[in-house]
Amino acid sequence: MSNEENIVVSTQHLVKSFGENHVLKGFNLELNRGENLVVLGKSGSGKSVLIKCMVGLLYPDSGSVSVFGKEIPSLTQLQLDELRTKIGFLFQSSALYDSMTVRENLEFPLRRHWKHKTKDEINELVMEALRNVGLERAVDLMPSELSGGMRKRIGLARTLILKPEIMLYDEPTTGLDPITGREISNLIVAIQEKYQTSSIIITHDMECAKIVANRIMILIDGLKYTVGTYDELKKSNDPNIKPFFA
Amino acid sequence: MAKQSRRSEFLSEVGNISAFTGKFFREGFKPRYEWSELFRQCYIIGYESFPLVGITAFIMGLVLTVQSRPTLEEFGAASYLPAMVAVSIVREIGPVITALICAGKIGSSIGAELGSMRVTEQIDAMEVSGTNPFKYLVVTRVIACTLMLPILAVLADGIGLYASYIGVNLKGIVSLNLYKTQVFESITFSDVMPALVKTYFFGFAIGIIGSYKGYFSNKGTEGVGIAANSAVVVSSLMIFVIDLIAVQIADLLGLT
Repeated sequence: MSNEENIVVSTQHLVKSFGENHVLKGFNLELNRGENLVVLGKSGSGKSVLIKCMVGLLYPDSGSVSVFGKEIPSLTQLQLDELRTKIGFLFQSSALYDSMTVRENLEFPLRRHWKHKTKDEINELVMEALRNVGLERAVDLMPSELSGGMRKRIGLARTLILKPEIMLYDEPTTGLDPITGREISNLIVAIQEKYQTSSIIITHDMECAKIVANRIMILIDGLKYTVGTYDELKKSNDPNIKPFFA
Repeated sequence: MAKQSRRSEFLSEVGNISAFTGKFFREGFKPRYEWSELFRQCYIIGYESFPLVGITAFIMGLVLTVQSRPTLEEFGAASYLPAMVAVSIVREIGPVITALICAGKIGSSIGAELGSMRVTEQIDAMEVSGTNPFKYLVVTRVIACTLMLPILAVLADGIGLYASYIGVNLKGIVSLNLYKTQVFESITFSDVMPALVKTYFFGFAIGIIGSYKGYFSNKGTEGVGIAANSAVVVSSLMIFVIDLIAVQIADLLGLT
């Protein structure tokens, strides 16, 4: 596989501003097939904006953002929707549909994209997704009846149900206690191993970064500051990197 | 300066609602059609609003009849009571009261629901899962409102007229057959048609404004409250504006 074929997500000179707030100022990133790339940065540094540009929830002011070689801003709505079925996005708030049960939440993407599936097949896929996150018993609960950690797991199960090739995690452990945070981090690694997904994990939780990262990229002032493994960066004496590992 | 800023804010809001309405017509009639969600919304908007609309229509029919009687008696025209009340209910009170009740119940509910979905990223989640949230959430609600309002208004007319029959009999004896004859002799095509047509526009306005306010809600939970509140205020105002325009058009067409 050539180096270019190995890259599943790429951004080049990505610029995004909100009025006078210049969030990304020419950000470059490459995600290799099968790897977990953690993007670290302070709150408000534009990490979530970055991954929202990758799924077309936001459009860059300039620069390039491509997924599987397809330039996101140039896709039609239909092409974008098709591409989105290959990308899973776990929101910070889990974003479960609160008027639906857990089962209906998981069935929602299936019924829309895999119309040929029978009721039994859909039920089996739902239960498999819930087994993956260890929450089969929650199948008939409403999102309001779930704890924060359970919501994250169900959000993850819903995201995984279409078997995406790329996973984008927006602060997966924020708001969780350390034990549940660690469980979610281990689940991210398990998913990578089971489905060979390529993932970008946005976080400022170093415990999570340590568990899940193959590489870590640090975003400072809207630019890629550095990239390396957890151990390489931890040893760094750079005053901009050290605070992350303190 | 503040006045100018408010004016530009108002004009920008009008522009945004117009663009949102334009998007509804551009996207609303293209496949994929969200039939099951449309039927679910019709059930919620139509069936679940019916008790409230029915009770209000009953009270309005009764009150209007009881309050009109003394004035008509003063002019020796008490026998015109059924006809007068029927025309009032069918032409104006039935449609407008139904629309106002629905603006309060449905408009606020759509604004709050979509607003809450927006601030908790559920709309974004729907979009990244490859579902068009505009078609799934907005188009279905607007069409359901547009279809259900006329049905609710016709039912409200019927209930209001029945309440009026009870009101007439509180101080007199009029048989149901005589009452019906008097009512249907007094109501003409030009009473029913403009009233029915305007309820479609009332329903459309409630749906589009509630959806717009919720869909573009921001500022967190505070924004959800603002969306629900402004959905009711703006759609109630729009009902009166549409009513005013409908009267002028009916007048021009000789339907008054």
